[in-house]
Formats: sequence, structure tokens, C-alpha cells
Amino acid sequence: MNGVHDMGGMHGFGPVEPEANEPPFHNRWEGRVLGMQRAMGAVGLWNIDQSRFSLESLAPLTYLGSSYYKKWELGLESRLLAHGLVGADELAAGHSLRQGKALSKKLAAAEVAGRMTRGSFARPTNQGARFSPGDRVRARNINPESHTRLPRYARGHTGIVEAVRGCHVFPDAVVRGEGEDPQWLYTVVFSGVELWGEAADPGLKVSVEAFEPYLDPA
Amino acid sequence: MSSETHAHDHAEGADSELSEMEIRVRALETVLTEKGYIDPVAIDRIVEEFETRIGPRNGARVVAKAWADPGFKRRLLEDATAAANSLGYVSRVGDHLIAVENTPTRHNMVVCTLCSCYPWEVLGLPPIWYKSAPYRSRAVIDPRGVLKDFGVALPAEVEIRVWDSTAETRFIVLPMRPEGTEGWSEERLAELVTRDSMIGTGLAKAGRDLLA
Repeated sequence: MNGVHDMGGMHGFGPVEPEANEPPFHNRWEGRVLGMQRAMGAVGLWNIDQSRFSLESLAPLTYLGSSYYKKWELGLESRLLAHGLVGADELAAGHSLRQGKALSKKLAAAEVAGRMTRGSFARPTNQGARFSPGDRVRARNINPESHTRLPRYARGHTGIVEAVRGCHVFPDAVVRGEGEDPQWLYTVVFSGVELWGEAADPGLKVSVEAFEPYLDPA
Repeated sequence: MSSETHAHDHAEGADSELSEMEIRVRALETVLTEKGYIDPVAIDRIVEEFETRIGPRNGARVVAKAWADPGFKRRLLEDATAAANSLGYVSRVGDHLIAVENTPTRHNMVVCTLCSCYPWEVLGLPPIWYKSAPYRSRAVIDPRGVLKDFGVALPAEVEIRVWDSTAETRFIVLPMRPEGTEGWSEERLAELVTRDSMIGTGLAKAGRDLLA
């Protein structure tokens, strides 16, 4: 979706403000949100792409005006509500008012240490990769209302395939409810001038990780 | 680092909203626990992992090893997941970690313009600035301006390569080894490797900074 989350190249947000000796969490509740996000993610009712889409779907002012973990909390609430796992009345009451649904998985404390490794998104395929390193490709001008991982700033622009990264779960399909539909993934590099025009830094190159359906030969 | 210019940790700011979030998060955790969906002790453990075990020291060890051992460096650039795991980490690194090397003519910088993708297994949780609109918007169009915010100026002839983490591949920058560190042990070298140098918004510390 063409949402405010797709920020690459926007102006006006001001300087980057690094914080010296930043702690992992600034407030206790932030850690609880991260923990709940992971524990509920382990249930397997949604994947990382659906989780991202629930954040992108927050109202623009909410998205821009909320801290990172607040967005996560709001996104988690929206997924829990959409799956009928909790009721709005229960969130308001701060207590369960009905019996919970039977879930296939509950993350146990003893499992946590062994589950701190990212899962693999690579999938086997019989299809050959359409592009090879060195190929010129144009990012398609797509504007889906649903989830996509092709940022707006790259759409319509011509770049070079630099690497083939294997065949991976295709986020666009997952969020459309079409299953994993694995696709080849490429690192595609664009010159700054191609993306931002003649005034761009001549020494700038930007790459995106692009799934095959995002690309046409150029 | 410009902590004095850091206005506030949170976009929403006001303390009243923080306590509102505390209440909201406590309500959610209570509901999920009462329904039997989560074990609060598991939540404690997850928080503990990020507060104690998973952080940029892991990445620093990888970088220091690559500086000290050319064979390891070659394996790291070929397959960073396998190379990092060969070190026998406290926490295993998942698939698709990619190491990108800074050279005298090329500086790498990592961003996720669409959300907050970050190689947390080797760097820990991303800092707030990495997830912020200023960084996500500017890194791809004005990386030299971003570097200036971090007090870093690169010669104009150094090419800047920005990696937008738009899929499940994750990137760690292999910064240049500081001069004057020949013969240093991996442990000592690791002390020169800052988190920001592995994101590409900073450089490794100079050897003399450790002596100071």
C-alpha cells in the first residue's frame, strides 16, 4: 500500500538524533510488548508479513505519531481482534470476560532461549531464476492497495541485478491470502541519479531486495 | 553521538501517554495470560534475552575475527550466516545474513525504509534512531547528510552504497580496520567495533581512542 510507512526519499522529518548508551528498552512496557509480539507470533496464526501489514494499516497520523513499540502494541491488538482471540470489551476491562480459543501452540518459558534464531524464508523451487547478476531490470510501476515490499522510490526505475538471493516466501501473496507463493529474490542496485535525478550525489548507489514479480527486463 | 541534541526518546512525548501505555500494555498482558495464550514467564525470558545476551558485542566479535583472520573474512563475505555460526555463538544466527565490506573507495550503510528490519541476532535491538522517520526517509536520498548527523564526513570520492532491507535478507557492515592495530588480539580489536560502524552510520574507533 502507498502508506506513510514507505518513507524512503521523503523530506521534512528533521535530523537523525542518536542517543548515547541507549538501553534496549526505555520503559518496561516496551519489553512486554516485544515479548507478547513474539509469543503470539509463535502461535503461527500470522506470519511476519501479516504482522507488518497490520502496522502499515494503522491510521497515518497514528503511525507517524506513535513510538515504535506503541505501533507494535496497536498492531498486535488489531490482529488479536481480527482473529477473534480477544474482544474490545476485554481489552477495555483489562481482564478476560470469556474463555479463550484453543490454540495449537503456547510458547513455554523453557523454549525461549532456543527460539531466538530467525526462521528461514527460503523455499525450494523447480523454477529457474529469470534474471542473473549483471542483467538490467526495471522495477515495475505497481501500486497495490495491499502489502508490498517494493518501495515507491524504486518503482519505474532501472537498475542492475547484483546478486540472486534464492527463492523466498513472497510477502505480497501471503498478505493477499494466497499462501507463500515463493519467488526468486534479487539485490537490485540503482544509481542515485536514476532514483533522484541529476542533482543527486554522483557517488550514491542504493539497492533494494526485489522479488522477481517486481521486475521486468530493461 | 549527540545525546545533548536528543530531544526525547518517543514521538508521542508526554509522560501521561507513557503511563497510558503502561496501563494499556498491562491490560493486554492480563487478558492474554488469563485466556491461556501466553505465559508471562516466557515474556520475561524474551526480555532477558535482549537485555543480556543478544547485542552488538556479538557483531563486534564477528568483525574483529574478520579483521584478524583473512580466511574467516573470506567465509564471512561468502556466507555470513555460516561464518557467524562457526564462531559458536550464544545465540545462533538465522538464514540470510549478508556482510558487506567497507573499502577506501566504498562505504556501506544499512536501512529499512519500509519498517525496521535489522540484523538483531548480531547487533541486538535496533536503536530508536534506526526505526525513526528521519533515518528511514533520508538514508536512501541523502546518506552523506545522515552521516553528518553522526559526525562522520567521508571524502567526496568515496562511493556510498545504501542497502535497503526490503526482504528477509539482513545486512551487517564490515567496517575498515583502523590503522595502527597490527598484531592486536581479537578481544582488543572487538573493542574498536561500535554498533554504528556495523550499520554504516559510523566508523570503527581509532586504536588511540582505546588508549585514551
